[in-house]
Order: sequence, then C-alpha cells, then structure tokens
Amino acid sequence: MSAQHEGSAMTEPAQAREHAHPNVGTYLRVAAVLVILTVLEVGVFYVPAFRPILVPVLLVLSACKFALVVLFYMHLKMDSPFFSFLFGAPLLLATGVLVALLLLFYGTLTLRGAGGAGGAGG
Amino acid sequence: MTHAAATHPTSMGLDSRKMAFWAFIGSECLLFGSLISTYLVYKGRSVVGPYPHEILNIPFTSFSTFDLLMSSLMMVLALAAVQRGDMKWAKIWLFATAFLGLIFLAGQVYEFASFVHEGLTLQTNLFACTFYVLTGTHGAHVTVGVLWLLTLWVRALQGKLGPAHAITVEISGLYWHFVDVVWIVIFTVVYLIQ
Repeated sequence: MSAQHEGSAMTEPAQAREHAHPNVGTYLRVAAVLVILTVLEVGVFYVPAFRPILVPVLLVLSACKFALVVLFYMHLKMDSPFFSFLFGAPLLLATGVLVALLLLFYGTLTLRGAGGAGGAGG
Repeated sequence: MTHAAATHPTSMGLDSRKMAFWAFIGSECLLFGSLISTYLVYKGRSVVGPYPHEILNIPFTSFSTFDLLMSSLMMVLALAAVQRGDMKWAKIWLFATAFLGLIFLAGQVYEFASFVHEGLTLQTNLFACTFYVLTGTHGAHVTVGVLWLLTLWVRALQGKLGPAHAITVEISGLYWHFVDVVWIVIFTVVYLIQ
C-alpha cells in the first residue's frame, strides 16, 4: 500500500486542505516580516519615548509574530479548522489561567496593602 | 507496506498522526502556560540579587531569537523540498535547521554559564528559580527537536526519506515551529518586559 493510496482514503475537501500549503515565496515574505517585527521589538525596548506604552506595544508585536508562525509555518490558515480548535482551546485555557493567576496574586497584594494602611489608620 | 502506509485517516478525513500531534501541542501549551504564569507571579519578588535588569543580555538574546526564527524558515523550506521530491535541498534545509537549533542551544549554555559565573544559580532567588526552569524546559524541547531533525537528516542521507514521508517531516516541523512560538513569548515576557 503506497502513500498515494493512503491519501485517497481521505475525503477530498480534507485532503485538499491538508495539501494546500503556501509556496516558498510566501514563506520568505513571512520570514522577512518576522525579522522586521523582531527588530521593532528590540528597537522599541531601547527607545525611552516608548517607556509608557512599552508593555502593550511589545505584547502586540509578539502576538503578531506568534500568529504569523502559527498561521503560515504551522499551516493553520490552510489546514482543517479542527486543528485550530485542538491548538486554540488549550491556548485559550492557558491564557485564562495566566490572567487569573496574575489577578489573584497581584490583586491580593493590592488589597492587603490597602487593608494594612486602613488598619494602621484605625 | 511502507512506513507512511501505517497512517490511518480519521472519520473526519484528517491524518490521525497529525491530529494526535496537534493534541500533544495543545497539552504543551498548558505546560508552558503554567511555567510562564509561575515566572510572572513571582516576578519582582526576589529579595536578593542579581535582578533581571542587572543580568539579562538583550543584544545576545536578540541574536538567539533571530537564529530560531531563521531555523523555522529553514524548516518550512525543508518541508517544501520534500513535498516536491527535491531531496538534495531537503537534506540541506534539514541540516541547516538542526544546525541553527544547535547554535541556539550553544547560546543558552553560554548564557546559563555566564549567569552562574555572576552568582545567579537555581537557588539564588525566585527570579533565578523560575527563569532557569522556564528557559531550561524550553531548551530541553529544543534539544529533542534537534535530535529529531538530525534523525530525519540521516534518514534522508540513507535514501529512506522521500515525498511519501512528507507528513513525517511536516509533523517534526509542527514541533519545531511550536518551540519557536514559545520562544517568541519567552523573549517578550522574560527578556523585554522587565
């Protein structure tokens, strides 16, 4: 049994989705954008004027790089939406846990600080 | 029966190995999510130095980031070459990907050694503990990826890798790109946001 036979067992739309990968030109353009975004990230880090908005700018640039690699190099843009679900659901859960933990820890710290100040005053 | 013939499409018409690997990558998201969360929760709570801003070398790590991004490009070029049956270039790109991975690992070993030399060991403070566990786990993943890529390269040299095995190269590529996206997050969260 050959790989071709194996492929023919797939349903046609699924097979078409799995094989519709970008061409080399697209890969090179994505790489160029990734390098530009990395240079921007490092550049923004060193420019004092960006200090007040450094964190959101870096997070947006990082998210763009993340999305480019996942969509084009990992082929999620072209592959089955089910693969996007298999990756996206745990990613969403991990992000939710991260945000919840940060709110829990830093929120608790703020409340304790306020409580302590109130206690001292009372 | 060839190696590729062992694959069974699922009832959804998708490759079963690819589906299983995406599920594995999903579980890896949770692993790295927990490690990054731990780093952030303990961030700024070290009572003794060295502190991140005193020790992290941004230009050096920027080069490592560039290196890993370029390795991802080499990986997709290897996959494209395997898919079109151009095994000469497939061997070159596979080796280039593994080589760039080795350069990244060498950089991490140098970074860890210089940190230890400056007094930042695993037990020094909360920053050191969470930093070494997070970046060390990532480094272990890169090591596995390099070994996997070198195995594929050797199989290609032996003539045992061809267009019929493109899915094998694609799955190794998924792993390699995942390692890359994890580093994209670590570079921003650990190194740039201090």
